[in-house]
Amino acid sequence: MKQIFGRPAGLTDVLQRYCPGCGHGIVHRIIGELLVKLDIRERTIGIAPVGCSVFADEYFNCDMIQPPHGRGPAVSTGIKRSRPDCIVFSYQGDGDLAAIGTAEIVHAASRNENITVIFINNAIFGMTGGQMAPTTLPGMKSTTSVQGRDVKKQGYPIKVCELLAGLDGPYYLERTAVNTPKSIIKTEKALRNAFTNQIEDKGFSLVEILSMCPTNWGMTPVQSKKWIEETMIKYFPLGEYRNRAKEEK
Amino acid sequence: MAEKQLMYGNHAIAEGVLAAGCRFFAGYPITPQNEIPEYMSVRMKEVGGEFIQTESEIAAINMLFGAAAAGKRAMTSSSSPGISLMQEGISYIAGADIPVLVVNVVRGGPGLGNIAPAQSDYYQATRGGGHGDYFTITLAPNSAQELYEFPKLAFELAEKYRNPALILTDGLLGQMMEPVELSGQPVDPNTLPVPPYALTGCKNRERRVVRSYDLKPGKLEAWNFQRQKKYEHIIKHEQRSEATACEDADLVIVAYGTCARVCSAAVRTAREKGLKVGMLRPITVWPFPKDVLAEFSGRVRDFLVVEMNLGQMIDDVKLATDCRKNIHFHGRPGGGVPTPPEIYEKILAITGGAQ
Repeated sequence: MKQIFGRPAGLTDVLQRYCPGCGHGIVHRIIGELLVKLDIRERTIGIAPVGCSVFADEYFNCDMIQPPHGRGPAVSTGIKRSRPDCIVFSYQGDGDLAAIGTAEIVHAASRNENITVIFINNAIFGMTGGQMAPTTLPGMKSTTSVQGRDVKKQGYPIKVCELLAGLDGPYYLERTAVNTPKSIIKTEKALRNAFTNQIEDKGFSLVEILSMCPTNWGMTPVQSKKWIEETMIKYFPLGEYRNRAKEEK
Repeated sequence: MAEKQLMYGNHAIAEGVLAAGCRFFAGYPITPQNEIPEYMSVRMKEVGGEFIQTESEIAAINMLFGAAAAGKRAMTSSSSPGISLMQEGISYIAGADIPVLVVNVVRGGPGLGNIAPAQSDYYQATRGGGHGDYFTITLAPNSAQELYEFPKLAFELAEKYRNPALILTDGLLGQMMEPVELSGQPVDPNTLPVPPYALTGCKNRERRVVRSYDLKPGKLEAWNFQRQKKYEHIIKHEQRSEATACEDADLVIVAYGTCARVCSAAVRTAREKGLKVGMLRPITVWPFPKDVLAEFSGRVRDFLVVEMNLGQMIDDVKLATDCRKNIHFHGRPGGGVPTPPEIYEKILAITGGAQ
């Protein structure tokens, strides 16, 4: 019998610990496939964040490192400058990248470090149990904003692509989602760009991916997908925020 | 004889780092260590290395984590407040068993303090400094010559034991000019072996993971016990110190770095006056040279610990001697530097003066 679907060689053969309906698994699979399709698995070094995807160091079938919370872009810089022939990707959540690691991501982008950043935005702290994230929407409930995020006291969500697009440095910035088959295909294309840019020595690429967290949103997986479509995308519009490749043409 | 050059202490460190084959520097400006990144920004370019002025000391130590995990010799320098910021990263690096070199040109504290020479980061340097059970191998040079030589030694120890190493110095040593003998053959970085843990891409081998966490029950405890064995080995085999005029001494001064320079002048004066005074200079402050002090404690009547702080190393002297002896202290905190006459007065007060 011919096998037509299976685990890509870019992922290890272990059980992933993500909740049902979580978006991490989809993004992991896309990256795992790209490591093979782009023939970079054997020269890739991945950075796992702190948060739900801390275990990414067990899931990606390539060399991995697990640094302090938010410091992925700095660790990536150290690796890439030391081994420029390696492909370096930093996988980060919204707490990791847009709260504690804000300085590191801004400056890595500003330096146009030749790295690939995958930023999972699910508007919540997942691993620690559903606290307010820097990307939690106004009025959205979390365990530290039980009445809903009050922008007067808790400020507004940070729009990472828009923020980084204010810098001259970054080469490629795109926001996508993984809540529908169509958006997953778009995410695959964006991630392919983000890795190809690095292979071609172009510079800093970041893909922000709106992703479901049914457990901490208190929704079913189906409701979560719908919520991204109807609510989250309105606040975080999808699309390219920087594409120097197109500008160069 | 090797070439001699008149060098600033901070430049001597930088040249020593390059002679050790290190080609990666990341750091953030802070006085009194700015000569190191400034010098490195030029020299790293000349030798084809990487120099990165970072957005913070936090970024700097994490860039070191990346570079060293990729198997390269990597260093940063900073001063007290900046070293405090690095402690998170140092803890992770120690927890992942990765060798890096951190130079602390200590200044007066706490807080912003001042930019004068100090030794008030002794506890931080010798007790791990960050969270968790760990130690950093810590060298305390007292001359431009040692500032030049110790980076290589620090890298060798760090790599041998897969552990972060620190060099503890201060602005006085850093800004002072002294002749330095550029001894030893510079290390060609291309001849350094790729370490067995290095992340290089998993071609033709199993993938590797560098991390400091393990959530499986009992695993982290076992990992810590394993590290404890390493520390015990280091404590047993890597204590370094220099004893001067201690053979017949009734009073032994214990001082390192700048304080040792000051005290050596006072010891000379005391000897000229016929007083039996010697000095023990710890060169490694972790591991602390406790064995030689334990041996002294059987025959030495008094110890005088001199530090540029409120009294930190004195704890180690007490531990090393089982608190058996008269242990006196003279300290100058907040950027104060003792003078030889000041120390000599203290010697007279303890010994009762010349015979």
